[in-house]
Amino acid sequence: MATKILIPTPLRGYTGNQEEVEATGSTVGELLANLASEHTELRKHLYGEDGSLRNFVNIYVNDDDIRYLEKEQTPVTDDDTVSIIPSVAGGSGR
Amino acid sequence: MGRSGLTLRPAAASAIRHHGRETYPHECCGALIGLGGLVTAALALPNTTDDGPRRRFLVRPNDYQAAERHAAELEAGLLGFYHSHPDAPARPSRYDLEHAWPVFSYVIIGVDGGDPGQMTSWRLRNDRSAFDEEQLIEADPDEDAGV
Repeated sequence: MATKILIPTPLRGYTGNQEEVEATGSTVGELLANLASEHTELRKHLYGEDGSLRNFVNIYVNDDDIRYLEKEQTPVTDDDTVSIIPSVAGGSGR
Repeated sequence: MGRSGLTLRPAAASAIRHHGRETYPHECCGALIGLGGLVTAALALPNTTDDGPRRRFLVRPNDYQAAERHAAELEAGLLGFYHSHPDAPARPSRYDLEHAWPVFSYVIIGVDGGDPGQMTSWRLRNDRSAFDEEQLIEADPDEDAGV
């Protein structure tokens, strides 16, 4: 069994154009690590050089942002749906 | 991922210019909706940055999701995002690069003293090392009719 992960538009090219994929793991961190192992091109877009999730990558378990749960230690089950939801940021200034 | 260049329907280009003028001296931002490299609608979104909207923009996850839903209602997809650079060149900054998503087109419009100016479009390289400029075309207004 595995947990469903919803892939946002800009990352679907790295998951065979699939909107939904499945991965195994008992926490969000494990799940995303396994996802990135399966689809290696995803890694640099999800994680920064320090190995932490990029701050414009938002992970939700069902309807809840993991920042307000237990972050990457948030437990997941096969009944949960995990969503990767972009923030889009930029601007002319440093 | 293979498309090259971005075409804006006149209404979309006009909406981006209007938004850039309206929010000056702050940055505006919004979603580019369409299919296959043709932007049929520019959806204005709130700039929710806490870092100073004269030099930054932020589209939060709930607004991103609203843009995806809006695109789906139009039987289209998200092709990227636009934002303005008030009194700054229409070229991506280091900050833009650090925060960019792959695949999406990033349209930047320079707004000089409140007047919308040059518009450019950029896409992130797959290795995240830089943006590449892509051809940005404004469709002939005559082609807008009846679509």
